[in-house]
Amino acid sequence: MLKSVLCLMLILYMTMSGRKGAKRYMREITYTVALREAITEEMENDKNVFLIGEDIADFGGVFGVTKGLLDKFGRNRVRQTPISEGAIIGAAVGSAMTGIRPIAEIMYVDFITFGIDQMVNQAAKLGYMSAGAVKVPLVVRAQQGCGTCEAAQHSQQLEAWFMHTPGLKVAMPSDAYDAKGLLKIAIRDDNPVVFLEHRLLYATKQNVPDETWTVPFGKAAIKRKGKEITVVATSFCVHKALAAAEKLSGKIDVEVIDPRTLVPLDIDTITESVKKTGRLLVVHESVTQCGVGAEIVRQVMEKCFRSLKSVPKVLGGASIPMPFSRVLEEKAIPQELDIIETVEKMIKE
Amino acid sequence: MTCQKFAKCLNRRLISEKAKINILRMMYLIREFEIASRKMFKEHQARGEFLGALHNCDGQEAIAASMGAIFRKDDYVFTTFRGHGHSLAKGAEPKKMMAELLGRAAGYSKGRGGSMHMFDPSIGLMGGNGVVGGGLTLAVGAALSAQYRNTDQVCICFFGDGAAATGAFHEALNMAGLWRLPVIYICENNLWAATTPINFGCPIKDISDRAAGYNIPGKSIDGNDVYIVYETLNEAVIKARKGEGATLIECKTYRHHPHCMVMPEHRPKDEKQAWLAKDPISCFENMLLQENILCREEQQKLRKDVRDLVAEAVDYAEKCPLPDVNTLYDYVWA
Repeated sequence: MLKSVLCLMLILYMTMSGRKGAKRYMREITYTVALREAITEEMENDKNVFLIGEDIADFGGVFGVTKGLLDKFGRNRVRQTPISEGAIIGAAVGSAMTGIRPIAEIMYVDFITFGIDQMVNQAAKLGYMSAGAVKVPLVVRAQQGCGTCEAAQHSQQLEAWFMHTPGLKVAMPSDAYDAKGLLKIAIRDDNPVVFLEHRLLYATKQNVPDETWTVPFGKAAIKRKGKEITVVATSFCVHKALAAAEKLSGKIDVEVIDPRTLVPLDIDTITESVKKTGRLLVVHESVTQCGVGAEIVRQVMEKCFRSLKSVPKVLGGASIPMPFSRVLEEKAIPQELDIIETVEKMIKE
Repeated sequence: MTCQKFAKCLNRRLISEKAKINILRMMYLIREFEIASRKMFKEHQARGEFLGALHNCDGQEAIAASMGAIFRKDDYVFTTFRGHGHSLAKGAEPKKMMAELLGRAAGYSKGRGGSMHMFDPSIGLMGGNGVVGGGLTLAVGAALSAQYRNTDQVCICFFGDGAAATGAFHEALNMAGLWRLPVIYICENNLWAATTPINFGCPIKDISDRAAGYNIPGKSIDGNDVYIVYETLNEAVIKARKGEGATLIECKTYRHHPHCMVMPEHRPKDEKQAWLAKDPISCFENMLLQENILCREEQQKLRKDVRDLVAEAVDYAEKCPLPDVNTLYDYVWA
């Protein structure tokens, strides 16, 4: 496991440092540290920001994001809970309704199902149902993803559920820079935000500025410029898409776009790209059926159908509960090679 | 139990005469509001207009009115889908409530909420909830907020006997007990969860017995007796304000009407008759007459004033315009 993560870090580091036009900064941090920096800075700036979740205090979170924050901020602001996802999210919603700003951590997004009433019936709707009298400035952080062989109840990727629920914002950062910048904005947002991290990204490193920064919601990042096909990828798939684009370079000029936030979705950046390239491929690990890709394709078809030179495609997860065995898990989600093959086929169309 | 008998067992001097009159007035207001809202619904339904479901609380007024007499404006109340009484007792305006029942632009939620969703955080009214038990965990949060900010605010969460069977009940009370939060869970056990009798949904006689599992005090009381409700709630509020933690109170009561307007009556006639004889309003009225705090004349005037107020609210609501459909997308985002 450790070996594979280290190997992955190396690949990613090589991928990123090879990016054209990427600025070189002196400081290198992991995705985990980036998240921790965002939380720390916002907690320092606003005494109303606090953390609530399982194993977050003494242990520093199962994935280590909140390590050291108990010592810095104390138990009142780093509130460790029993295993009660419904009450974690409920308490976060209720406290947000009174004007304080909770950041709830759900260890695996799969467990958010215990708090789905609080997320979907409460957090998402209270602002609307009260005609703005109530605000829910809430962040629910959860990690998700495949690649560590944890089977069907620890490997789901549920962003489409939340994207399908009006009233929730959804962020999915793919690197350390975006993770910090987006989380800071999520914490300052007066709306409920579902902040989805990918567990294979935690150990990835990136060079970042010394000065702090923010990344706005609703602004996609063009992670690689290209002319012949637009690949929209989310979360960990951004790196697979970039690696595929690198392999294809010289043959096919691929543009890679990371929406960064799914709600709000920067459809304009995507359609602008499709108007230029005439081709669209969306790549994500979550299930293809009724998924994020389906929605992006719909919006692109409605906005620039006539610019398309080939049928737009979605490479997503198989419609199965995620299997345990490594070979089955790899087969169930898009891999770099799948992206390469699909892009090649689409270009020939 | 007769009215006289239960009045004897308590310290009536706990409540000032003025407060007693205010409580009675609030009970009248809730009752008249419910009567008028049913009438209004029937008239609209007869014209083929849907107004959703209306869950009335006639018969349960003693609990809401006592809360209103004890609670401060900055305390928090989370209510249920049967929340008109709690909302009025927390200080909500009948006009804006009635307008919301009709989905009007001047309603509490500008026509986006209806009967079950009225909010006014400026008076601590944190809203009704369409989900059975939906407020249980949210109340943990409001109480946690008071503790976090080091204020002496208290939160009350109303719920029904049906909600006591949900998983949220356990998670919420466990957390409230664990962190000694300033929250009071009031179970209005009206003996029926929609059409399911309490003994089909709950294996114990008193829901308050569950408090022991959370290391908080629990009491089951006659929810139709103002003095008993007031005394019990007051004690819990004092404790919570002092930072001594949560309380679970089960108020045994009965709703005078079916679960909601669109459902027929299904409960045994004799059971209903027995509870109608224990109507909290006539019991409290009689007590105040006996205590010479109130005379018949004053009582009739009090009720008439309230009835006029509600009639005005209905009149106001009926005349209010419907929301502008171009505002459909307003308030999705803060």
